[in-house]
Amino acid sequence: MSVITHALAANGLLTAFAFVGVIMWVSNLISKRLTFGRIHGSAIGILIGLALALWAGAVTGGQKGVADLPVLAGVGLMGGSMLRDFAIVATAFEVDVAHVRRAGAIGAVAIGLGTVLPFLVGVATAFAFGYRDAVSLTTIGAGAITYIVGPVTGAALGASSAVMALSIATGVLKAMLVMIGTPMVAQAIGLNNPRSAMVFGGLMGTVSGVSGGLAATDRRLVPYGSLTATFHTGVGCLIAPSLFYMVMRALMHG
Amino acid sequence: MAISGVALLAICTLLGGVLGDWLGIALGVKANVGGVGIAMILLIAARLWLLRHGRLSQGVMQGVGFWGALYIPIVIAMAAQQNVVSALKSGPVVVVAAIGTLIVCFAAVALISRVGGPVETMDEIEARKTGVSGR
Repeated sequence: MSVITHALAANGLLTAFAFVGVIMWVSNLISKRLTFGRIHGSAIGILIGLALALWAGAVTGGQKGVADLPVLAGVGLMGGSMLRDFAIVATAFEVDVAHVRRAGAIGAVAIGLGTVLPFLVGVATAFAFGYRDAVSLTTIGAGAITYIVGPVTGAALGASSAVMALSIATGVLKAMLVMIGTPMVAQAIGLNNPRSAMVFGGLMGTVSGVSGGLAATDRRLVPYGSLTATFHTGVGCLIAPSLFYMVMRALMHG
Repeated sequence: MAISGVALLAICTLLGGVLGDWLGIALGVKANVGGVGIAMILLIAARLWLLRHGRLSQGVMQGVGFWGALYIPIVIAMAAQQNVVSALKSGPVVVVAAIGTLIVCFAAVALISRVGGPVETMDEIEARKTGVSGR
């Protein structure tokens, strides 16, 4: 037994390929046999991934899902930001430049709204739950933009660690809900063409949520959504600790 | 050579990362601003240049295409390492804020993407393209 676990742990990335491959086989089988192709195999795969992360988190008490199990540490490398960004950039090879040009302006509008709207919802929620100081309100609002904007803003403003944790958790939960929810609402919100994919990327922000959600909906839309989503976090980190904080401070009188 | 595609992809991704960091520093932000997006634009430009000069070889396409095809498995690996436990445990503020944001943003996507009238769907685009090339 220890020989096997040693071999799996020593070849972490290969173990991850095999692990994810098996998840994909199972999810494609479920998609075909149980849902008759109505739910995309990759959507089921993402759900299985999240479920395994929940289980692993409960077992290990760690923060990195299955990557906290020594045997599956390679999943951390495979699904980490390096290879994720590498694969997202690779999808740009399929982009049709004409579509991007046509949707450029509306994509920029989407990024703007995608920063303001989540912030407003986050601040309103925090206010409803009794937070009254500008720093906490801004930090939780920023977390609703993405789970990177939240802690960056909180660190810049000196928020308490409890508020920071709330802010990060809001962003992470949003990203997960985007992954799961997108295929369900795709048809209702017209997510079937390059332009709406770019709008979607700008509005939802979180690269992990957008890339996961679009992958589960229609793989061909991924490059268009990612193109706008990638600017979202940067814009949020720029505006939340500066402009948004000043507005909140003025509103809450310090 | 497949490595030329992988190398091109790596160069674009690294260059985008560096430029995104510089942009962040220039704007006084503690984050990478659009690094992946810049890298994607670089790769699109590289592809157009190679195509125009007749250098878009099978190897380049294979090298980049392989990583593009691995995209969904990588997303599943990403999902499998999220901190799901703490996201579910942290109480009603988090749940309300996240779900509220989601509803508002989905509604905004529906509104904005309808501005300017109907556009060709991905299926229609693909049907038109395969029709033209006669495949």
